[in-house]
Amino acid sequence: MGQVELMNISKSYDKQKNVLNEINLSIEEGEFFVLVGPSGSGKSTLLRMIAGLEDITAGTLKISDQVVNHLPPKDRNLSMVFQNYALYPHLTVEQNILFGLRAKKVQKEEQQLRLTETAAMLGLSSLLKRKPKELSGGQRQRVALARSIVSHSPLCLMDEPLSNLDAKLRANMRVEIRRLQKKLGLTMVYVTHDQVEAMTMGDRIMVLNDGKIQQVGKPITLYNEPANVFVASFIGSPKMNMGKANFSSDMKQLVIEHEPHIDIDPATVSKRLKEASITIGIRAEHIFPGTPDNTTHHVEVVNVEHLGNETTIAFEIASDLWTAKWPGQWAINVGDNVPVSITGEYLCFFDTESGDLIRPAMAGKSQEVIAI
Amino acid sequence: MSMNSVAIRSHESMELIFEQAKKRQRMKSWIKGMLFLLPSIVLFGVFLFYPLLRTIYLSFFLTDASGETTVFVGWQNYMNIFTSPIFLQSMKSTFLFVLYTVPITVFISLFLAIIANEKLKGTGFFRTIFSSSMGISVAAASVFWLYLFNPTMGVLNRILEFFGMDAIGWLTNPDWALLAVSVTTIWMNIGFTFLILLGGLQSIDSYLYESADIDGAGYFYKLRRITIPMLSPTLFFVVTVTIINAFQTFGQIDILTQGGPQNETNLIVYSIYREAFVNYQFGSASAQAVVLFILILLMTALQFKFGERKVHYQ
Amino acid sequence: MTMSTGKKVVFYVLLILSATILFAPTIMAIVMSFMTNQDILTGSFPKTLTLDNYVNAFERFPLFQYLFNSFVVSIMIMLGQLILCSLAAYAFVFLEFKGRDLLFYVFIATMMVPFEASIIPNFHIIRDLGWIDSYQGLTVPFFAMAFGTFLLRQNFKMIPKELREASQIAGMGDFRFYLTVVLPVAKTSLVTLGVYGFLTSWNMYLWPLLATTNDSVRTVQIGLKQLQTQEQLNEWGVIMAGAVIVIIPTLILLFLGQKRLQRGLAEGALK
Repeated sequence: MGQVELMNISKSYDKQKNVLNEINLSIEEGEFFVLVGPSGSGKSTLLRMIAGLEDITAGTLKISDQVVNHLPPKDRNLSMVFQNYALYPHLTVEQNILFGLRAKKVQKEEQQLRLTETAAMLGLSSLLKRKPKELSGGQRQRVALARSIVSHSPLCLMDEPLSNLDAKLRANMRVEIRRLQKKLGLTMVYVTHDQVEAMTMGDRIMVLNDGKIQQVGKPITLYNEPANVFVASFIGSPKMNMGKANFSSDMKQLVIEHEPHIDIDPATVSKRLKEASITIGIRAEHIFPGTPDNTTHHVEVVNVEHLGNETTIAFEIASDLWTAKWPGQWAINVGDNVPVSITGEYLCFFDTESGDLIRPAMAGKSQEVIAI
Repeated sequence: MSMNSVAIRSHESMELIFEQAKKRQRMKSWIKGMLFLLPSIVLFGVFLFYPLLRTIYLSFFLTDASGETTVFVGWQNYMNIFTSPIFLQSMKSTFLFVLYTVPITVFISLFLAIIANEKLKGTGFFRTIFSSSMGISVAAASVFWLYLFNPTMGVLNRILEFFGMDAIGWLTNPDWALLAVSVTTIWMNIGFTFLILLGGLQSIDSYLYESADIDGAGYFYKLRRITIPMLSPTLFFVVTVTIINAFQTFGQIDILTQGGPQNETNLIVYSIYREAFVNYQFGSASAQAVVLFILILLMTALQFKFGERKVHYQ
Repeated sequence: MTMSTGKKVVFYVLLILSATILFAPTIMAIVMSFMTNQDILTGSFPKTLTLDNYVNAFERFPLFQYLFNSFVVSIMIMLGQLILCSLAAYAFVFLEFKGRDLLFYVFIATMMVPFEASIIPNFHIIRDLGWIDSYQGLTVPFFAMAFGTFLLRQNFKMIPKELREASQIAGMGDFRFYLTVVLPVAKTSLVTLGVYGFLTSWNMYLWPLLATTNDSVRTVQIGLKQLQTQEQLNEWGVIMAGAVIVIIPTLILLFLGQKRLQRGLAEGALK
C-alpha cells in the first residue's frame, strides 16, 4: 500500500481555473519521490496540500491509508523543510531543533536523546548554542534538516530546500539528503525546479506542467522514454534537440523542415508514424562526431563550449539550434564545418499535435543502461 | 454493482465530512481572528465610534449641565455657530494659525534634516538636539515660552529694549498673540517633523547620489533633482500631519493665552472646550466638534487620495 | 566620503547655529531652575547656583505624586497599546478570515476621527462609568490605536510566512506562535512603538485636564499648569524647576531611542 495516495486531487482558487487538475498518484513507503516542473506548474501547491497548508478543492488524500483531507497539518504526522529554512531567528540551533518536540510536549529526556542523536548525525553538535544568523547557508540547511528528522515523522516534505545554496554545496547536500533518507527509511516528497536534482536524487520523478501530470517514472525512463515533448525538453541537459519532420515520399528518409535528410529504415516505420505529423527528438550525446564511414551531415558550428572532459558544439538545423555533446577535447572553432553522424535509430518520435511520444529511440536504451 | 453503489455512497458521505470540516475550519478561523481583534474593536467602538455618533446627535439638541439632551433644535446649533462672531473669529484664527505654522515648521525641519543628514562627525549629537522638542511636553514648552514672552522679564522684550525699541505685549496684544502662539507651536513641532523627514532622507538610495557624483552634479542640483523629488511622499505626509496637528492645538492656548486677547487665539479645540466645559453648552460645542471632524476628515481624505497618486513613490 | 574642508565648515556652522537657537529655550529653562529669584528678576547672569527652586517646587506641590501618576498612566497606556496593537496586527498579517479586509478599513477610518472631536461624549462616558479621577479613565480610551497597529503590521509582514507554517506542522496554535515567535522576533518594533506610546502619553494634556479633578491621579503636565497658575509671586525659578522635572524622563527616553524612533516612525507612516 502507498504511504501517500492522491486520488483525483484538484485545486482552484476562487472558482477560477484549476491550478491542479485531477492528480492521481501513489507514493510508496520509503520512496524518494521528486516533484519537478517549471515555476508555476503547481508543484509547490501540491506539496502544501499534502502538508495541509492549503485546502484541497476536490479529491481524496490518504496518508498511511487514512483519509486526511480534513486534518490540520499537525495531525498528519509529517515534517517539512522550507525553501528559506523557516528557522526561528530568535532561537538557538538547539531550540530550533527542539521547537516541534516542545510544541508536542515530548518528554524532556526523550528530547535530549533525540537532539544529541540528530545533531551528531548532521554534524551540528558544536553549533547548538548559536543563533541562525551566525551560521552559514549550508549550516542553516542542516538545522532545517535536523528539525525535520528529529520529529521522527515517517513522511518528510521538502520544498526546494537547496535552491538557496551555491552550486558546490548543493551537490554535497544532494548526496547527504539522499543518504539520510535511505538510512532512516523516510518517505520523501521533494519539490524542485532543477531537473538535475530530480534526476540525481529521485527514486521516481513526477514531471508537472501547468497543473497536469506529464509523466511519472524512474529517472532513466524519463530520460530515455519521455512521455511527451515537454518532458523531453525539460529532462536532460543540454535539452533534447527537436525539430518538425516529414517522411520523404519513399519512406526512406526523414526531412526536417525541407533541409537535412536523415536516413531511416522503412521497416521500422509503423503505421501510426506514417499517419501523424511528427516531431523528432535526439539527445545531444547521440549526435556523434563524423568519421569517414559514418558521416551523415556537415554542419556549421555557431558555438563551442570546452568543458574539459567533454565538448559541446551548437549548430543550426532548420530553424532550431541543436547541440551535440562529445566526450573528450575537440579542437573546433566557431564557423568550422564539422562532419557529424545523425542516424534514425537514435531518434525519438513525437506527435506534433498532442506532443505525445509515439516511439522512443531504438538504440538509446540498449546502449545507455549498462548492468554491472 | 452493489459494491459500486456502496463506494459511491461512501464517497458522497466523505465529501459531506470534508465540507463540514471545512465549514468548521472557517468558523474557527473567523472566531480566532475576531478574538485577536476584539479588544481593539471594542475600545474603538466605545471611545471612538459611539462618541462620534453621539457628538453628531448632540449637535442637534440643547442640553442641561450634565450633558443630557433637553430640546431638539434641528440645525439651530449650526446656524448659531455660523452666525456667531466668536466662532467665526475662531475659524479665522484656526486657519490663520495653520497658515502661519505649517509651512514654516516644514521648511525649518526640512532644512535641519538636510544639514543633519550629511556624513559628518558629530551629526548624531545634532540630530538629538534637533529632535529634542519632541520630548518636551506642551505644558513645559508653553511655560518656557510664557517666560520668553513675559512683558517685563521676558528675553524677547529685553532684546527689543537693548536695541532701543518699545516692548511688545506678545500675548496680550491682539496683533501679536496669534503669532506668539504660532512661534511656540513651530518650536514644539520641529522635533517630530524633523525626525520623520530625516527618516525619509535616509531611506533614499545612496546609489542615486553616487551616480549623480559620477555625472558631476553639484550640491544644489542634487538637492533639487534627487533629494526633494525622492522625499516628496514623506514631505506630503509631514504636511498633512502638521495640518491635522494644528487643527487639534489646545495645550499651548490653555497655558499661554486662554483664547485671548479678544478671542484672537481662540482656536477651534479651545473653543469647543470652553463651550462644553466652561459654558456647559454641549449642543453647540458638539456642532463645533462636528465642524472640526469634517475639517480633519477632509485633510485625511486628501492625504489618502493624493498621497499615493500625485506624489512620486520610489 | 570626501567633502572639501570649506563645505565642512559651512555645514558645521549651520549645524551649531541651528542647534544653539533651537535648544536655547530649553537651556534657558534649565539654567533658570538653578538661579535665585533675585538674579532672574534683574535679568543678570547667575551669580550663584542653587537647588532651592527644586526644594520649593517639591514642598509646595505634590510633585512626587504627579510624577508617580504620570509614570503609571504612561506605562499603562504603553502596555495597553502594545498588547492591543500587536494582537490586531497579528490578525491582519497571519490570519485569514471573512471580514478581515472590512475590519482593516474600519481601522483606517479611525485615523480620520480626532479624539478632540469626540471628547464631549467621551467625558460623559468616563463620568458615567465613575472613572473620573481614576487611572483607567486616563488610560483605557487610548489603548486601541490604528497607527500602532499599522506600524506593527508593517513589521510582522517581514516575518516569513513559513515560520507560521512550520509551527502549524509542529502543532503550535496561533496564540502560542504569537507569544513565543512573533513578539520576540518583532522586539525592535515593539520597543519603538513603546517609546512612542510612552512619549505621547507622558505629554498628554487635554484629556488629563478633563478627567482629573484632584491630586490623586493628576498627571505632572496638569501639575505644571497648576504650578504656573498658582505661583502668585511670579517665582519663575520654581516654575522652571517644575518644567525641567517634567521633561527629564521624556528627554532621556528620546536621547536613548532617537535613532530607533526615527526609523520606526518612517516605516509606520509611509508603508
